[in-house]
Amino acid sequence: MQAYLEISNVGIEFNTESGTFRALQSVNLKIAKGEFVTLIGHSGCGKSTVLNILAGLHQATEGGVILDGKEVNSPSPDRAVVFQNHALLPWLSVYDNVELAVKQIFRGQKSKAEMHDWIQHNLELVHIEHASSKRPHEISGGMKQRVGIARCLAMQPKVLLMDEPFGALDALTKAHLQDSLMEIHSNLGTTVVMITHDVDEAVLLSDRIVMMSNGPAASIGEILEVPLARPRSRLELADSAQFLQARQRVLQFLYDKHKYPGTVAA
Amino acid sequence: MSNSVESTEPPRKWYRDTWQVPAFIKRSLRSWSLSFVGILVFALLWQGTANNIDTSLGQFPGPVQVVEQIQNLYSEYGREQQRRVDFFARQEARNAQMLAEDPNADVRIRPYTGRPTFVDQIQTSLWTVSFGFVIAMFVAIPLGAVCGLSEPVYNAINPIIQLFKPVSPLAWLPLVTMLVSALYVAEDPLFEKSFVTSAITVALCCLWPTVINTTVGVSSVDKDLINVSRVIRLPAHTHLLKIVLPSAIPLIFTGMRLSLATGWMVLIAAEMLAQNPGLGKFIWDEFQNGSSDSLSRIMVAVLVIGFIGLILDKLMLAVQRYVSWDKQTVLR
Ligand SMILES: Nc1ncnc2c1ncn2[C@@H]1O[C@H](COP(=O)(O)OP(=O)(O)OP(=O)(O)O)[C@@H](O)[C@H]1O
Ligand SMILES: [Mg+2]
Repeated sequence: MQAYLEISNVGIEFNTESGTFRALQSVNLKIAKGEFVTLIGHSGCGKSTVLNILAGLHQATEGGVILDGKEVNSPSPDRAVVFQNHALLPWLSVYDNVELAVKQIFRGQKSKAEMHDWIQHNLELVHIEHASSKRPHEISGGMKQRVGIARCLAMQPKVLLMDEPFGALDALTKAHLQDSLMEIHSNLGTTVVMITHDVDEAVLLSDRIVMMSNGPAASIGEILEVPLARPRSRLELADSAQFLQARQRVLQFLYDKHKYPGTVAA
Repeated sequence: MSNSVESTEPPRKWYRDTWQVPAFIKRSLRSWSLSFVGILVFALLWQGTANNIDTSLGQFPGPVQVVEQIQNLYSEYGREQQRRVDFFARQEARNAQMLAEDPNADVRIRPYTGRPTFVDQIQTSLWTVSFGFVIAMFVAIPLGAVCGLSEPVYNAINPIIQLFKPVSPLAWLPLVTMLVSALYVAEDPLFEKSFVTSAITVALCCLWPTVINTTVGVSSVDKDLINVSRVIRLPAHTHLLKIVLPSAIPLIFTGMRLSLATGWMVLIAAEMLAQNPGLGKFIWDEFQNGSSDSLSRIMVAVLVIGFIGLILDKLMLAVQRYVSWDKQTVLR
């Protein structure tokens, strides 16, 4: 497999009041261009930490990350992050939130009119163009998350990083957003790394599911390929044997980890 | 129990079968009428108690006496205004006459130097507090921002803030008076010395709430927002203008409101002690005066001070509501 994004031998230690805490140890993962990968694992195992290292928001203590031939060592719009709590600026309208990023990133490359069209285009991608003049507190949680995604897409990132993007949403809203995300992924071919707690979501969306062992010194426990054909429809998948099998495998892993937290499943 | 709460409710109709007073009108009517009852009860108790207290300056003033004095003070103001108008009219007439006799005559208008009335004192106090407040804000907001942005600066400045914050205005006053006398020696000063002294004392005391709130506001920006800024690589000044300051705005304004309230309290005390023009001096003069009306006139001043303080606070609240992006929090 041609690695587009490569995590090699990454480990990280945090300095805490009670000494150093090793959160991750020898994490290795290769991700191909256009691939959709989800990270799943028990709470506190270090998923967000992996994502933050990919984003450049945290520095790995050892090992490193290479994206498209270049080493990652600081945050960049190449690796846009969708945060769990949308992280929109509450004093800016939906449009202005996206504009802030677009203006900064495409300064000198796009004209004013081009920037405007680009912002509109991205708002349309996530179906939020009708609310572009609203402030974040005037729209629902699902809509806020859409704006967060639009802002990231507008950065034209090489990798889209998502930390439990739908974790705080109700089931129906979540389903809509998952569909939108699948549509965007298939149209744009973006490489996505997403954290989730939801097994169904992981199976539905991913090409591969990366299951992490429990911390401290967490690592990758098991990687599951999801060979389901795309485009995927949640209704058809509901009783597909492959879907159920994949789901079963992930649940089994999580259950084992819960029962025997120390050991790495085979 | 099998009956759920929802099922006991009658089904909603799409039309209204009875006309109803909108809820917000009901609510404000009720709160107004309660305020009115509260004020009425207070006034009755006050009058009743006042009638039974005798001081060396006569009976303690009740609402009735206070209302009387409000009228007196207002007509004094009117008379003084009239005197002023007359004074200038007389001068103009005299000058016109002099010019008619000798076209090269050196005519001038002398300024009016009448006794400041109650209304004048109110104006002076308002000017002073505004001026002091503005000076304080010019220092406090940048200082707070710097403290909030830089941990070392905060650690260096914090002890000084903590040390000066609890100092009473009265302790500053002699020092400020002497400093102003020594340093403010312009030939034709734009402001009176007493005005500058009072304003600086106000500024020194109302600095702190804004400094502290700005520091907290600037240093407690949501971590996610800072990460967003890092991901899109905002340069430092844009980060400050677009992320840090807007997110600190609600706390900055909370601080400013506290500062203005403090400033107004401090001002009255400073004016009393320093005999600087303003409402404080009015109270002190009346006290020294010791006429049978004095207490009622002081009571009027007390009420006016309270009322102005309330108006200032409401004004700041309105500004705060206007600029705050955080529309969910209830500001009161
Ligand atoms: N800045 C930090 N300083 C110290 N310890 C940290 C820091 N960030 C994370 N940790 C620790 O590292 C471990 C992994 O945290 P992380 O947030 O990555 O978990 P997670 O898998 O994302 O959990 P969740 O599913 O609850 O979001 C936790 O034990 C956490 O306490
Ligand atoms: Mg997390």
